[in-house]
Parts: sequence; C-alpha cells; structure tokens
Amino acid sequence: MTMTQAPDRRHARREEIQKLASGSERRRKIYSGVGLSICGMFLVVALIPLISVLAYTVQRGVQAWSADFFSHLPTPAGIPGGGIWNAMVGSLIIDGIAAVVAVPFGIAAGLFLAESEGRVAGVIRFAADVLSGVPSIIIGIFAYIALVRSLGHFSAIAGSFAIGVLMVPIIIRASETAIRGVPHTLAEAGLSLGARRSTVARRVILPTALPGLITGVLLAVARGVGETAPLLFTAIGSQYFATNPNQPMAALPLVVFQDGIQAYPDLQQIAWGTALFLITVVLVLSVGSRLIAARLGRVRL
Amino acid sequence: MAHQAVLEREPLGHARGSNTTGGGLRLPVVSDGLYRASLAAVAALFCLLIVALVVTLVVQARPAFAHFGFGFLTGTAWDPVHVKYGALPFVIGTLETTAIAMVLAIPVGLGTALVLVHAIHPKLRAPLSTAVELLAAVPSVVYGLWALLVVAPWVRSIIEPDLARTTGGTGPFSGPQLGIGLLLAGLVLFVMVLPTMVAISRDVIASVPRDEVEAAYALGATRWQVLWRVVLPSARSGLLGAVTLSTGRALGETIAVTMVIGNSTAIAHSLFSPSATLSSVIANQFTEATEPFHLSSLIALGVVLLVIAMLVNAAARLLVRSVGRQSAVSVALA
Repeated sequence: MTMTQAPDRRHARREEIQKLASGSERRRKIYSGVGLSICGMFLVVALIPLISVLAYTVQRGVQAWSADFFSHLPTPAGIPGGGIWNAMVGSLIIDGIAAVVAVPFGIAAGLFLAESEGRVAGVIRFAADVLSGVPSIIIGIFAYIALVRSLGHFSAIAGSFAIGVLMVPIIIRASETAIRGVPHTLAEAGLSLGARRSTVARRVILPTALPGLITGVLLAVARGVGETAPLLFTAIGSQYFATNPNQPMAALPLVVFQDGIQAYPDLQQIAWGTALFLITVVLVLSVGSRLIAARLGRVRL
Repeated sequence: MAHQAVLEREPLGHARGSNTTGGGLRLPVVSDGLYRASLAAVAALFCLLIVALVVTLVVQARPAFAHFGFGFLTGTAWDPVHVKYGALPFVIGTLETTAIAMVLAIPVGLGTALVLVHAIHPKLRAPLSTAVELLAAVPSVVYGLWALLVVAPWVRSIIEPDLARTTGGTGPFSGPQLGIGLLLAGLVLFVMVLPTMVAISRDVIASVPRDEVEAAYALGATRWQVLWRVVLPSARSGLLGAVTLSTGRALGETIAVTMVIGNSTAIAHSLFSPSATLSSVIANQFTEATEPFHLSSLIALGVVLLVIAMLVNAAARLLVRSVGRQSAVSVALA
C-alpha cells in the first residue's frame, strides 16, 4: 500500500508545483509585457517631440532659403528680400576668434592633465567639470562685466570671450581622454631616443591623439556656434555688416531669437531659415567629427 | 632572418641620422622644465579664470546683497521703478519649471534608455542612439523657436483646455489659457533635457555587469524582472547622476525658457500663468537695467543661479564618477 501511495502523493505534489509555477510564470510574463510596453511607449513619447523639432525646422526653414537669404543684409519687417549674410559672417568671426584662443589653451590644459596625477590635477579636472555645468548666461554676465562695461561698448570680441570660456572645458576633457589613449610605450620610445618632452608631445603624442582632439574641437565649436545666451549682452546683434571685432556684431543664434519672438510672419520665416542653417552647421560638425575620428582612427590602425 | 634584420637596421640608422641633423631642430624645442612649467601655467590660468568669474560676479552683486540683505532671497516684489528687488519669484519659477521637466524626463528618459539597451532589435540600437546624441547638439534657441511657434498654439488650444476640463479648472489648473507660461516652459525643458538624460542613463545601464544580467536570466527571471530587480538597482547611483546632471541643465537653461515663459515677475499661481526663471529674467532685463541697483540685483540673481548650478553639478559629477570607479573595480575583479 505505502509503496503505491508515495509515488501518487509525489505525483500530485509535482503537479501542484507545476501549476503554481506556470501560474507564476504567466503572471510574471504579463507584468513583464506591461512594463516593457510602458517603456516602449516612453521611447515613442521621447521620439515624437524630437522628430517634430527637426521636421518643423526643415519644413519651415526651407521655405525661407533663397539666394537672397544667404547674400543679403536684414531688412525691416514688411520689406522682402532680407537675409542673414551679416549674421553668417558675424558667427564665423565670433566663433573663429573664440576657437583660435580656446583650442590651444584647452589642448595644453588637457596635455597637462593627462601627464600629471595627484591632487592638483584632480582639482583642475573637477573645475573643468563644474565650469562645463555653469549656465551659459552666467558666462555672458562675466564677459559683460569684464569686456563690455570696462570698455564702454558692446563688441564681438566680448562675445568671443564668452564663447571661448564655454568651449574650453569641452576641449580639455576631450583632449585629456584622447591623450590618455596614446600608449605609454610610444612616448617612452621617444624619450628613450633622447627627445625632449616637448618634442615627444608635438611629434608623438599629439599626432597620435589627433582623431580624439579633432572630435573634441569640433564638438566644442558645434556647442559654441549654437549658444545664444552669452551673446545677448556682448555681441548683442546688429542689422549692419560688421567685420571689426571691436563693434557689435550679428550672429546666427541671435537672429533666431530676436526675429523669432517678433509677431511678423516674414521675420519668423527668417528665424526658421536661420534655425535650419544653424542645425545644419551643428549637425555637419557633429557628424563630421565622428566620421573624421573614425577615419583617422582606422588609418592609424 | 639575418637579411631582414639588416634591412631593418639600415632605415633606422638613417632616421636617427636625419633626426640629429635636421628634422628635430626645425621645430622650436624647449627644455623639459620650461615645457612642464608652461603647461602648468595654462592649467593655473584656467583655474584663475574660474576664480575670476566667481569673484567678479560676487563683487558686482555685493551692492544688492548688502542693501537688501537676506531679504533679497525672500522678497517677493521685483519692482525697478520703486527700487525693490526680491529673488523669490524667480527662484520659485526656476524650481517649478525644472520640476515639471524632471517629473516627465525621469520616467520617459529611463524607459527609453532601458529599451535602447535591453529591449530593442540590435539593428535599431546604433541609429537610435546616434540620433539621440545628435539631438543633444541641437541649439537651445531652435527648441525655443519651435516651442513658441509650434507648441504654444497647441498647448493653448488643446492641452490647457483639456487639463482645465478634467481637473475642474481649479488650483494649478485655473486662470486664462495663454499657451505661453509655466507649463510650456516646463514642457520645452523636458524635451531639451531628454537627450542628456537618455544618453547618460544608456551608458550607465550598458555598464551594468553582463554576468549579473545573465545570471538573472538563467534563474528564470522575465525581462522586466531583470530590468527592475537587477539592472536598475545596480545602476542606481549612476542613474542618480544622470538625473542630477539633467536637472542642472534644466536649472540653467536660458534662451528657450525666455522665449516661452511669458516673463511675468509675479509668482505664478497656476501652471498656465506667465512666470520667469532666474536666467530668463537676467536675459530679459540685463540690457535695460540703467538704475545701478537693478544691474547689481540681476547679477545677484546670477550668483544665486551659479550657486545652485554648481552644487547640483558637483553632486552629479561625484555620483557619475563614483560609478566609474565601481565599474572599474568590477572589471578588475572579473
């Protein structure tokens, strides 16, 4: 009797457990399905506005693009044929000066960080991180006090200073990472041949780190080109053509801001066209930096 | 073999010869001491720049702080005509817009990051990730233009009436429906911090040790259980860093908020009311400030914003950095 009962009980118990397990599995799978569909929904929620920004900018912006748009100066509201030629030149000058100063400065600081360990380097690294989190309008105030109020007038050079300060921490961090990626053995080989450290840096470390450096610089420039807030009280914008950095100057993001908040449809259209141009420039710089980095990286390997 | 070695030795000898006579001397070569000193000088100059920034702002804000004292932070009136300056409406406006943005950005950003890492076809992963990163590069003024000309009419005619109808139109959902205001500013901030939130969360989630995830799957956990009970707890402090960093972005964002918040210096009583943030009021009034206390008070607002932003960012960096160390340790152990 006992011999036959025991397997029966065991069998029943096993069935019970299997039922429980499959019930649990079904429940867990339902939870899983619900949870994952909510996450998937969030992905869609995230993509909709981001796609909408690009779609509207392209659709409205293309309508504004014409030969006049790229070659004329701005016109008052109601007078057709206005363009952003002065703002294109202005942005080129403002961001060009900023980059010319910020790039060597940032790469030198990145080289210093990559070659040194310890407290001092840690403090500087943390400072770069914190500076990159300072709101850009604060840097605009700093540039205003340092270069606008002391000189008595708004100027493109004050805008360059503000944009340069924004670029520096990006370049520092990117170049430190790139330089740290250079194998120690390369630098040591140079040093063991009797080369000075400056020669090794210039001939070995920087050329090897070049893809990373270019990526960092292009990203910093892309960030700088789109910044509006630091230019509000420095370069301030202009309706005229200006190439003297000591004068107020137009810039692309300022045009988007100043024309965009007007109630006139023709000025709003200029703003859309400028926004599209700005996005194009920024995306070309961002994508370009990736392509250049990938390409140079491959050639070196 | 011997033949090869000779072939190799010859060009080496040539290179060495040319190096000592020509190539190396063409570039200005400085001594190691001078080289190190000049790099250190650049780094020191950088620190000096940050110190100068903080000191300049504090010195310029001093008249306002000295005149209004602690009341500057708690004052609710901002009235240049009667020389009354209180920062409270803007502090509240900044916190409110940031709160709206983060309440939306945390679940949406986290969910998106989880899907991107763990629940999407591998062929879609790379293009979607790149797209998110590129969207982080779109200038904020473009988001502002889009919010003002595309989203504001939609918020005014659909979102705000719907919210008022479903909630009875009381409390935070009362008042005239203008489109521009607190709600729209929060919404545009949400869209703007989303790429940052997704990109950092995705990196943090992807760095969760693979063996932990696979161990959970091997125990029979469903995908959701793995994400909820293994991935998220393991990535917790890094995700907190992502949230803090995104919060920092939202707190300091200027131009897009200025375009859509309506710029009212009164404390908003409804989500639909026009309001102002610390940065938007600076952007709006800075060039119009002719009265000395006005400019000093605006710079004092900048100091308040700087302090908040620096604290939040320092916290974020420490959180993200501690994660970096953790994962380095776990990599070393594995």
